Amino acid sequence: MSLVELRDVTVTYGDAISGELAATPTLRDVNLGIEEGELVLVIGPTGSGKSTLLGLLGAQVPHFTGGQVDGTVLVDGRDLREHRPRDLSDIVGVVGQNPLAGFVTDTVEEELAYAMEQMGLPPAVMRKRVEETLDLLGIAELRHANLRDLSGGQQQRVAIGSVLTAHPRLLVLDEPTSALDPTGAEDVLAAISRLVHDLGVTVVVAEHRIERVIHLADSIIEVTGDGTVRHDDPARIMADAAIAPPIVHLSRLLGLDPVPLSIRDARRAMRRVPLPAHASVADRGAVLAGPSVTGPRAIEAKGLIVRYGEVTAVSDVSVRFEAGTVSVIMGRNGSGKSSLLWALQGSGVRTSGDVRTGDGTDPADLPPPERRRAVTLVPQSAGDLLYLETVDQECAQSDEESGAAPGTCAALLEQMVPGIDPQTHPRDLSEGQRLALVLAVQLTGEPPVVMLDEPTRGLDYAAKDSLRAEVRRMAAAGQCVIISTHDVEFAAGVADRVLVMAEGEIVADGPRHEILVSSPAFAPQVGKILAPAPWLTVDEVREALDG
Amino acid sequence: MAGVAATHRNLSALHRALGETLPRAVHPGAWWGWALSLAVVASLTTNPLIHLLLIAVLTLVVTARRGDSPFARALRYYVFLGVFVIAVRVVLHVLVGLKFGSVELIRLPTIDLPSWAAGIVLGGTIYLEGLLRAVAEGLRLATIIICVGAANALANPKRLLRAFPAALHDIGTALVVAVSVAPQLAESVVRVMRARRLRGDHRTGLRGLKHIAIPVLHDTLERSIHLAASMDSRGYGRRDASDPRSERVTTALTFAGLILAMLGLYGVFVTVGFSLWSWPLLAAGLALSYAGLRRAGRAVRRTAYRPDPWRAPEWLTLGCGLVAVAAILLTRRLSPEGLILPLEPLGWPALPLLTLAGLLVATVPAFLTPEPRTSRTAPRTREAFV
Repeated sequence: MSLVELRDVTVTYGDAISGELAATPTLRDVNLGIEEGELVLVIGPTGSGKSTLLGLLGAQVPHFTGGQVDGTVLVDGRDLREHRPRDLSDIVGVVGQNPLAGFVTDTVEEELAYAMEQMGLPPAVMRKRVEETLDLLGIAELRHANLRDLSGGQQQRVAIGSVLTAHPRLLVLDEPTSALDPTGAEDVLAAISRLVHDLGVTVVVAEHRIERVIHLADSIIEVTGDGTVRHDDPARIMADAAIAPPIVHLSRLLGLDPVPLSIRDARRAMRRVPLPAHASVADRGAVLAGPSVTGPRAIEAKGLIVRYGEVTAVSDVSVRFEAGTVSVIMGRNGSGKSSLLWALQGSGVRTSGDVRTGDGTDPADLPPPERRRAVTLVPQSAGDLLYLETVDQECAQSDEESGAAPGTCAALLEQMVPGIDPQTHPRDLSEGQRLALVLAVQLTGEPPVVMLDEPTRGLDYAAKDSLRAEVRRMAAAGQCVIISTHDVEFAAGVADRVLVMAEGEIVADGPRHEILVSSPAFAPQVGKILAPAPWLTVDEVREALDG
Repeated sequence: MAGVAATHRNLSALHRALGETLPRAVHPGAWWGWALSLAVVASLTTNPLIHLLLIAVLTLVVTARRGDSPFARALRYYVFLGVFVIAVRVVLHVLVGLKFGSVELIRLPTIDLPSWAAGIVLGGTIYLEGLLRAVAEGLRLATIIICVGAANALANPKRLLRAFPAALHDIGTALVVAVSVAPQLAESVVRVMRARRLRGDHRTGLRGLKHIAIPVLHDTLERSIHLAASMDSRGYGRRDASDPRSERVTTALTFAGLILAMLGLYGVFVTVGFSLWSWPLLAAGLALSYAGLRRAGRAVRRTAYRPDPWRAPEWLTLGCGLVAVAAILLTRRLSPEGLILPLEPLGWPALPLLTLAGLLVATVPAFLTPEPRTSRTAPRTREAFV
């Protein structure tokens, strides 16, 4: 018998106020079986019902979310509609996207023990399991640390540990790495893979950035837009899935069969495929240098220092960004990317140094409304900028704030994401739609400098593609775009220039090929597969093949 | 140096005698008992010398035995609050206080208030005696505040809540969650205000407040729901399947007990003819409530990870606080004049020896309790002292 069984499951959510059921179900006629010890990857576009499927397994749906569930969900033989999540903590462990929001206690050790305390385990057992879990996840040296002082990757590992101590048979992870830098994500994924391979824990994981997990998956559940699901072998799903990582797009382009799912397999498969002459090492230098893009100065910093008390976030950075270019700043969490953007914009802390925009003014000297028209910044939690009740009101407010003609913002939004109902509440939009709304609000004044802090968080491939198109359009219109991101695939597709920050300093700065191709941490999948050939994206390979 | 070494050896011997040589946290209940005892001492006197000595004792013990949680660094904020309280007390005295004494300090104009506020005089001549009394009373309140601060610094309040009996566990958890949400709320306010500047919005007043409050409330609600979901899926609130009848019995027990206890209390404090019954009623009520809580506690099956034990050092800590209280009570019985600041005629406050001895005993926990375990208490060489 399978560990998890879903039989003819249909989930329909009700309206929050009237309680009436929606006309179309979120999930429809789902039949699945998940075997003990499997790692199952759940993929699908935003809003397709991925989270609902995961919620079913932890019994949050319907006990926490409401709505109607038809059919049978069995985990380890228990019917989940009859058990509340709290009665299942020894069977199913659930970890969310934001570990900090789920922490109950102060320190690592207490957090690991929390679930066991609720189960009433004897102290000796708790002590032993905490020690084992600390070692298993490689966080033993952090045992007394305050949870808020940890890095994102460490926090996420503690969150996984805090459900593992209850010894659940099934671990449900909802986008565990979406907020982490590549290294932190690697740590978390390594921990997950160790759980699967060494301990035989069954794991169901949802992930937008499929490329990070696909090589670990035993099977894939694809949730399609219409609420049906497909559960199959990774290679078979990836042969024609609507959303796929670059490695799959590349192998579809080159006609590789079976579709390789890891960098290693892909490189082995590539030996049999003749690449065009363009890939020869002779041309490498020219491609690496890239077309030199220069333009007039858009914004420039000299000797910029940002300090918060004892901590130096940005240490003596001098950098110049040109109009009509897209620059991407990368680096691990806490390396000073956000602080640099905020200081450049003028609203953040600047301890010393000089910032000048294209016309020679210092944005920090301008009053906020004018500053916003000179340099605009979309912060990490973009939703903070929205406070009105409908999309329409937000757009009208933005027109007023930036002195633009009425309707400018709404037109911008329509161009980026067509078909949003203007009467929708901003909080009800999907991540991608909300980001588009914030972008539209911030871009209404047509600022010459646009800065985006971690814009791809929570976006699926389609939303990222439209963001990429929008950014390129802005650059073509002569705007200077500066993006801070962890997403190497997005950076590879959008950047002209890449800067890498560490400990508040810029440690690398150059055309994207030069920086990304050579870096082990920041190289995109295509770059890793085709190295030493200097391509970063599938589109580049396609162009080279055609040309 | 020889003297220091000898003292250290003697201290180690005492530690061994108490059976505690390893660093560990002293039970939070013991620290709260100790600190509240000192607060009682402070409330029983207006002698500023005793208050200053008390603050010295509190500071000594806190610096010697605090851990490294964020709460441990909080004592200074309580000290600031204390200074503020004294300042407010003095300002109030100058403005509306009862002016008395013979040593004139400064002559302020008097403002007469209309007849409905008769008896209150604004301003007037300030005398040294009146001012000193205001300072002494302010100092008394400040010392009590610092006592609470010391308890907070020595014992993480969250750990105190962990020691709650099982039946009160839900209330304890609600408090813990409230304590953790507060700093997050502050964080979201800062973040949203920063974001608002990005939108070029610089409205102030009520409209501006709305623009901050709505995203912050959304954020806080979302976080609370996340926290609730996380606690739920980790088994918070699991109970043994108990039948509804037994639960009804528990509720009835607790409820009846509380009503009886209330009637008893009423009898004890108010009526005369009722008093024959009041003590038995109160006792019966308390017993019933206790039984109800015990029953409720049994349904919650949970355990504590590495609970703080209550052993000799805890008794010692609590005992030292109680000795200080006993000493001042005895002083009050024998020579009450030593506990007040002599104002008419003005004089130097006395230092009653018995109270002083009590305060000395109250410093003992600084030396004889086990050292707190901090993340810094990694193996550190101590040869230099031995």
